[in-house]
Amino acid sequence: MTTSLHWARRRASVARFWRRYRTHRAGVAGLAGLTLLALVAVAAPLLVGSDVQSVTHAPGEALESPSGAFPLGTDRFGRSLLGLLVWGARISLTVGLLAAVLSVAIGTLVGIVAGHYGGWFSTVVMRITDWFLVMPTLVLAIVLATVLSRSVWTVILAIGVTTWPTTARLVRAQTIAVESRPYIERAKALGGGHRHVMTRHVLPNVMPLVLAQTTLGISTAILTEATLAFLGLGDPSVVSWGGMLQDAREAGAVSSGHWWYLAPPGIAVALVALAFTLCGRAVESVLNPRLGVAR
Amino acid sequence: MSGTTNSSGSSSDVPDAPAGTASSSGASGIEMKVMAPSPGSPGSRAARTAGAKAAAYPAYLAGKLGGAVVSLFAVLVTSFFLFRIIPGDPVKAMTHGMPTSAEQLATLRRQFGLDLPLWRQFTDYCAGALTGDLGMSYQFRAPVGELIAQKLPATLLLTGVAVVIYSALGLWLGTRSAWRHGGPGDRLNTGLALTLWSVPSFWLGLLLIITFSVGVGPVPGLFPTGGMESGGTSGFAYVLDVAHHMVLPVLTLVAVGYAQTLLVMRASLLDEMGGDYLTTARAKGLRDDDVRRRHAVPNALLPTVTMVFINLGHVAAGSILVETVFSWPGLGGLFYQALSVPDLPLVQGLFVVFAGAMILMNLLADLIYPLLDPRVGR
Repeated sequence: MTTSLHWARRRASVARFWRRYRTHRAGVAGLAGLTLLALVAVAAPLLVGSDVQSVTHAPGEALESPSGAFPLGTDRFGRSLLGLLVWGARISLTVGLLAAVLSVAIGTLVGIVAGHYGGWFSTVVMRITDWFLVMPTLVLAIVLATVLSRSVWTVILAIGVTTWPTTARLVRAQTIAVESRPYIERAKALGGGHRHVMTRHVLPNVMPLVLAQTTLGISTAILTEATLAFLGLGDPSVVSWGGMLQDAREAGAVSSGHWWYLAPPGIAVALVALAFTLCGRAVESVLNPRLGVAR
Repeated sequence: MSGTTNSSGSSSDVPDAPAGTASSSGASGIEMKVMAPSPGSPGSRAARTAGAKAAAYPAYLAGKLGGAVVSLFAVLVTSFFLFRIIPGDPVKAMTHGMPTSAEQLATLRRQFGLDLPLWRQFTDYCAGALTGDLGMSYQFRAPVGELIAQKLPATLLLTGVAVVIYSALGLWLGTRSAWRHGGPGDRLNTGLALTLWSVPSFWLGLLLIITFSVGVGPVPGLFPTGGMESGGTSGFAYVLDVAHHMVLPVLTLVAVGYAQTLLVMRASLLDEMGGDYLTTARAKGLRDDDVRRRHAVPNALLPTVTMVFINLGHVAAGSILVETVFSWPGLGGLFYQALSVPDLPLVQGLFVVFAGAMILMNLLADLIYPLLDPRVGR
């Protein structure tokens, strides 16, 4: 009986969220774009075949212009650029998602713990957070990716470890606000320990913020991933959009004016990042009434 | 590109904008201090607050300076451990691929001080870094400090110009968008800014090169593809030549950078627009332009000014990609060259310089902020 009530309430709040989200036209457009892209990425093996990355079985000549057989032309190994672009969506989305989740997870943990315990411990933790906030993110990520071995996981780690402080600050502020409410006092009086308060009361209350932060973080993470790959710090055996741009530059696409080699991966990165930003802003303004209606 | 405020699109981090160092709880504490009614007659209260104000700024200054010193020390610790511990044995990295006898390895170890205990290596490193000795580059066989000093002016020129242009542009457009928010101009501006913010800067640079340097279709190649000068010019011709080379890189930096300024300015002006003092100003009979220029904008400028300073901190680090793409002979290009080897002492030295620049600019922002906004830091 209680569970069904619980679920009914949860369903109602999701429905309420959706009703308000729908009013943000840009957010809906972003969500539609993302859904389409996620479908393409998941269905990539069916759409283009999983041997699209193979250098030895490349179907075309090197650096062909767009044609009927290769709508976006071919790369320097003769692989279809459209196929690579579709395949690259998988790695860009995976890295973006995982890195944003890692970053927000670290930020949430640090924020809640610092906000809950307070005192000198919190001061020290927030000093460390401030330090990370001041560090130039890209430089730190590049340095991490340089000293660690080359792999997709290194890129995820490098992005996640360098971008968490914003979330930590926001979550800490929210935690302090939540903990000043009477029901936390009630929970403590009933014998709830630190763990109980943090996981049962504070965490659900900071979740909306965390959700918005994650959505916004993904677009940054995707851009950073493309950047790292472009600088040659990604996994060289994996096709990603940033890696395609690096390939294009190395193949001399710039000086020979092969715009069709360069344009699509960049447009793809920009569209995905834009879609996540639009969704994130919509989620944020739905969940955070403080932002008002103007935005 | 990816700045300190990672979610530039979110206006919720605007209150955190003061260099990220004035903690949010601290800010609310300030509010409370300001609001708290203090006992005593009005005259004595005024005298006391004036005295407190005079004393507060040096204390605030000392606190911020101390914080910056600790941060710089943390940068040194991080750079030492990142580069000395994680990559494994530096001697193996130096002799990469070459057959080396145990004796030669021992000599190299002694030469680079790697046979000393770790804490001695660390103190030596710190002492070196503080006196400007950042080690020897593997690749250029030259002191890292010298290399950096050589490349610094080019970077300062390129990104300095870009930051000035995009801050001005962002402030102007942000003010216009917020003042007429919801209108077609606002929607166009915000949409364009968000789109450009989502574009990878290096890709935009590559496209600009293809379009305006190489030339596409009817567009002839108008600008050089890279570098800083063509050589063989002097005097005014040299200045013109450098300016000609700067057009495309600056354009790229501005396109990617102005979005953040615009969004922050717009958000903070929107926050001010509900203010009662604007109604008062209008009731006085001021023209709409005057209300905006004399009352709303100065208040809304505060978070944006902080962000401009933080962007100035990015002057060193922010241009890595653009300098790489345009082969600009600055620090960013040097960083890319160091990465591709990888030339660890050079990467390490540049990391310290980039991080140090950020800390310095944040410190400056912290020091200037209370002078602009009397509510902060008192």
